[in-house]
Amino acid sequence: MADKGADKGAENRARQHIDTATGVETVGHEWDGIEELNNPLPRWWVLTFYITIVFAVGYAIAYPAIPLLDRGTEGITGWTSRGQLAAETKVAENARAATRSAVGTTPVEQLPSKPELMQLAVAGGKAAFRVNCVQCHGAGAGGNPGFPNLNDDDWLWGGNLKEIEQTITHGIRQPGDAQTRQMQNMPAFGRDGLLTAAQIDDVAAHVRVLAGKDPASPASARGAEIFAANCAACHGPAGKGNRQFGAPNLTDAIWLYGGSRDTIAATIGRGPAGVMPAWQSKLDPVTIRMLAAYVHSLGGGEDFAPVAAQPQAAAHAGR
Amino acid sequence: MPDAEPTGDVLLYARRKAVFPKAVTGKFRRIKWAVMIVTLAIYYGTPWIRWDRGAHAPNQAVLVDMAHRRFFMFDIEIWPHEFYFVAGLLVMAGIGLFLVTSAVGRAWCGYACPQTVWTDLYQHIDRWIDGDRNAQMKLQAAPWGAGKIVRRLAKWTVYLLLALVTGGAWIFYFADAPTLYQQFWSGSAAPVAYATVAVLTATTFVFGGIMREQVCIYMCPWPRIQTAMLDEKSLIVTYKDWRGEPRGSVKQAAKSDVPLGDCVDCNQCVAVCPTGYDIRKGPDIACITCALCIDACDTVMQQVGRPRGLIDYATLEDSKAERAGAPPTSHLKLIWHPRTLFYLAVWSAIGLTLLFALGTRKHIDISVAKDRNPPFMLMSGGEVRNAYTLKLRNMENRPRLMEIGLIGLPGGVMWSDDMPRSAAARVLRRTIPADQPAAIRVFILVPRGTASQELHFALRALDSEGGSDVHEAKFDAPGDEE
Repeated sequence: MADKGADKGAENRARQHIDTATGVETVGHEWDGIEELNNPLPRWWVLTFYITIVFAVGYAIAYPAIPLLDRGTEGITGWTSRGQLAAETKVAENARAATRSAVGTTPVEQLPSKPELMQLAVAGGKAAFRVNCVQCHGAGAGGNPGFPNLNDDDWLWGGNLKEIEQTITHGIRQPGDAQTRQMQNMPAFGRDGLLTAAQIDDVAAHVRVLAGKDPASPASARGAEIFAANCAACHGPAGKGNRQFGAPNLTDAIWLYGGSRDTIAATIGRGPAGVMPAWQSKLDPVTIRMLAAYVHSLGGGEDFAPVAAQPQAAAHAGR
Repeated sequence: MPDAEPTGDVLLYARRKAVFPKAVTGKFRRIKWAVMIVTLAIYYGTPWIRWDRGAHAPNQAVLVDMAHRRFFMFDIEIWPHEFYFVAGLLVMAGIGLFLVTSAVGRAWCGYACPQTVWTDLYQHIDRWIDGDRNAQMKLQAAPWGAGKIVRRLAKWTVYLLLALVTGGAWIFYFADAPTLYQQFWSGSAAPVAYATVAVLTATTFVFGGIMREQVCIYMCPWPRIQTAMLDEKSLIVTYKDWRGEPRGSVKQAAKSDVPLGDCVDCNQCVAVCPTGYDIRKGPDIACITCALCIDACDTVMQQVGRPRGLIDYATLEDSKAERAGAPPTSHLKLIWHPRTLFYLAVWSAIGLTLLFALGTRKHIDISVAKDRNPPFMLMSGGEVRNAYTLKLRNMENRPRLMEIGLIGLPGGVMWSDDMPRSAAARVLRRTIPADQPAAIRVFILVPRGTASQELHFALRALDSEGGSDVHEAKFDAPGDEE
């Protein structure tokens, strides 16, 4: 075999033109005295190339590959990237099933008595927060003007686990949800002509006095009277607020819409009515419970059960 | 190669010449046996040594616990953040090789290197199944027939078994050996265990069974480095050409007009060489200094009644001096070069430093990561709060009560996310589980008007053994905008 091949090779070489300068045979063409050397690709390269062709044919049969007019070929394995995602999601869901069912069957106010479950719930809530909540409340839950900061200890609607869970579940000022937070809005005192601009300025002056930011003045004295008549019903005579109506405490250091005299006046003038979706229409109860746990853990959470006052450091998976 | 002097084009590819080393007996062969037995015993036995560490840690003496990120070695336990100990050991191993080379040349290559040990094992299998050198060569040249096929299949089966046992032993360093042994055979071990065994079986089969000396000559960087490290003062296997040349058999010597050297050209030194090298050509990468040629030559010299040591452990310098009539330097004296002492000093210094670090290392540790979004938080009362994630490590094999305290930041109080703010204080107490890190999130609150400043978290163990660690952190506060 080998000898025959060598003979044949020698014959071929004799027939073909050999370039004198390099000793390499040419492809046999000539253009104005210019010839092309015949340096074939290495055999391993060519073989690899053929293998890729064979592979490509097999791939095109097995997987979605060829675009047709309105759709593509599906491939005999039936594989799709969506199907793969669904399968992987299913695996992840199965892995979380035990934790989720444990969170789901534990009333939210009892979560802190199970530190390891609480830790898992906080972690799950953190992930859900990143997807659903950061758009308004910010990545660190630090809030934005009109969107409350969830790290602090100032709660419009209540700051214990149960209250937070209810607020998330039913939303704020959502029509059609019987348990939503307070459908009654603050009047737009300016826009609706309930108070004159001068009166609103006086009320703003009084609010700053309530908050201890300014000393009392004639304007604030006038404003105090207007406040008692128009605002105290919700915000309380001393401006301490009322969580039942979501009326903010006006005496603390935290301002949802800004604490300067101008922004306070503007807020009174337009009568804000913050809203939040009722998340029960978008998220399952377990995710909402985890979100409540996360928000509660951010540092302003209220009403810790006595058992949580002597906590153990949460342990990583034991060996 | 003198027999195939390349003319014109130098080929970069050299076809392997099969090596069929002959069995040999003698002093160095005995040393080789001893080293092989010891190294194999260490390799196979170590994972099975038990070591009681109490309830919270594994009881395997040497264990690389990937899942829990721990490295156990008898009484030493290395955590991931102490990986510099492992790095230090690797540096010591590297300098140790330099040290060995400087003292006794390529002794590592000749006796202790796994490639050498396993090549030796495989060559013994060859002799066991096919017979010694001549029988092996005959079988190699013989046409394929029933007998050859049976012998080859038997040999490769034994090769594979040895490879499997070699690769199989490796995984026991990474999990509890008895448990893993049962899991391995019942099919319930981790896939990575089977994959590791498969890969190591394959590499053992290929490196030990097929490639052998080619690994040393072409693949291994160490012989190349050796060429830069060895000089005339290095202890190597030397053929004393001044004594051996010109070569000739005893009969030729009797007939020859000129006096012939001691070398009777019996070729035994080449026949026994595991890499198939002819030491009479001089020092070479191919010589792993296993000294089997010394054994072979000494035997022949004894038979023809000439003094031993025609091939011997000697430095090139000594070989020359000996020719001039000087007595050979004793091997012990050779070992104590200034260079060797220097390597020894460096090696020992690193070792002592590691031992010192090991002896004085802390068994508790705190690290602090500050929340940066938001950097600070205004509370309803006007106070400012910062949040931190503390990582507390308890490196002891028992749960320990620890106290976290604030240093600096006057007026600051601290609480964690699993307790009410009303319980805030300057110190927190936590029981940290055995041999584990625990993460806790803490909040620090300062009165209105406190400026941004540095503070420290101090961690203190509250048991009789004690121990403490401190970590610096920053407290952020808003500027004076109001």
